[in-house]
Amino acid sequence: MRRGNSLFGVTVLTAGFAFLYLPIVLLVIGSFNAGRQVNVWAGWSARWYGEALRNEQLVASIWVSLQVALAAATLATVVGTIGAFVLTRLPRFRGRALFRIGFLTPLVLPEVILGLALLLLFVRLDLDRGIGTVILAHATFGAAFVAVVVSSRLASFDPALEEAAMDLGATPMRAFLRVTLPVIAPAVLAGWLLAFTLSLDDLVIASFASGPGATTLPMRIYSQVRLGVSPEINAISTMMIAAVTVAVIGASLAAKRRR
Amino acid sequence: MSANWGLRLAVLLPALWLVLFVAWPLLIVAEISFSEVVSAIPPYLPVFGWSESGPSVSGNVENYRLLASDALYTASLLTSLRIAAVATALTLLIGLPIAHGIARAEPRFRGALLLLVILPFWTSFLIRVYAWIGILKNEGLLNELLLALGLIDQPLTILTTEWAIHLGIVYAYLPFMVLPLYVAIERIDPALREAAADLGARGTATFFRITLPLARPGIAAGCLLVFIPAMGEFVIPDLLGGPNTLMIGKTLWVEFFANRDWPVAAALAVVLLVLVLVGIAALDRAQRRAGEGLA
Repeated sequence: MRRGNSLFGVTVLTAGFAFLYLPIVLLVIGSFNAGRQVNVWAGWSARWYGEALRNEQLVASIWVSLQVALAAATLATVVGTIGAFVLTRLPRFRGRALFRIGFLTPLVLPEVILGLALLLLFVRLDLDRGIGTVILAHATFGAAFVAVVVSSRLASFDPALEEAAMDLGATPMRAFLRVTLPVIAPAVLAGWLLAFTLSLDDLVIASFASGPGATTLPMRIYSQVRLGVSPEINAISTMMIAAVTVAVIGASLAAKRRR
Repeated sequence: MSANWGLRLAVLLPALWLVLFVAWPLLIVAEISFSEVVSAIPPYLPVFGWSESGPSVSGNVENYRLLASDALYTASLLTSLRIAAVATALTLLIGLPIAHGIARAEPRFRGALLLLVILPFWTSFLIRVYAWIGILKNEGLLNELLLALGLIDQPLTILTTEWAIHLGIVYAYLPFMVLPLYVAIERIDPALREAAADLGARGTATFFRITLPLARPGIAAGCLLVFIPAMGEFVIPDLLGGPNTLMIGKTLWVEFFANRDWPVAAALAVVLLVLVLVGIAALDRAQRRAGEGLA
């Protein structure tokens, strides 16, 4: 039987990838348009990159987003990794099913529900809304993603190695740090990266959890987008796409080298 | 013993986290959905309170009665269900040939093709939705192209219609559909297709009678992964849909941020949650039934 794709298959794949990438390509091209009108081409120019970087509100929101993403991803990685360890290595304890459901819930919960729920929690706890509450909110769904990524790696890793370390006199903590952690490190890193990008990307949950003075980049972009399409947004979008592309390619190259 | 202490702490920390940041917030949503809106900070009357005569409960089901009786809410609920269902079906129709094409590609290309499917997921969701505004609006690129080709003589209104929302959902969630479909199709033993071909089945017959039935777990998973977020979607209906297209996620947002009616927003969240749980249970059952005898 023939392997590979028929002409139909190749056409479908080409059309599918054109559909996925054409809007992004057009967005990037639009960012280099000299004119203010996005749909009228007025020649190439990097003018809007300058405008975007001189926009103080925009730059401030980039810093807020980076702080939030760094802190939230790190917190999520700690909680998610411990959670994954508990889920895969301690098979029997009371409430294990609940524990599992609890970790998976943020994955399937619509963003508006999680955002509203966390906001109501922060109000109940009388926490001042700001960067701190956005970090906690992002860490909550980030931890769920980390737990999934890390537990799939832990599941394929023989616990006998940890047991051997403990038989040789290592405490469980030491066995975890010296045997388990190095093996699952790529998954932990992947989980951190996932939590980091999800945090950078999130508009809905941040809008609920945030307060005055803590406007993240997506919140800033959203409020500008509502006023209409502008080449400045295209420019900032292109910079974000470039940063993510470099990070993803770098991460996959690093993963390949380790293997 | 210190080892035991460590283990206990290892269970306790994430457990406390889940109680504090997942379970408790959802219970508060449920509680506030029974409360009354007031102009205060926070803008609701607490359901459980302490008065001089002891604990008091002051909740009622007015918010739910409002959701059931006001056409605005019932419409946004039904619209959400309809749009999510249609968009999921469209995503499946588009995702299936793509996943099939990747599974049939030569093995050395498959990794790169899969990476190409996943890569857009890493770029900002908001930006990907925003990109479509410039394409779909009346003086946007699509209309300019169609006008230049002479296919239309008036710009089409696409943005602010339900079609724009469908398109946005298909575009944003296509990777979620393609990945589980690919995994399911790739797992099918090629000998089955060869046997069908040997028995005289043509390519299309093989696809519909062998590949499709065996890919059912992937189809169920993909539909679930698209349908659930589509139901509660806010960004896509807000940016691509018109002011008249109401979806439950957007209605919740407006109730919360514009009307400051937290109790109604909470009641909407509870209804949406129930719908999502029903969806998960239904698809989980379908998947389990389809998965029997497979894995």
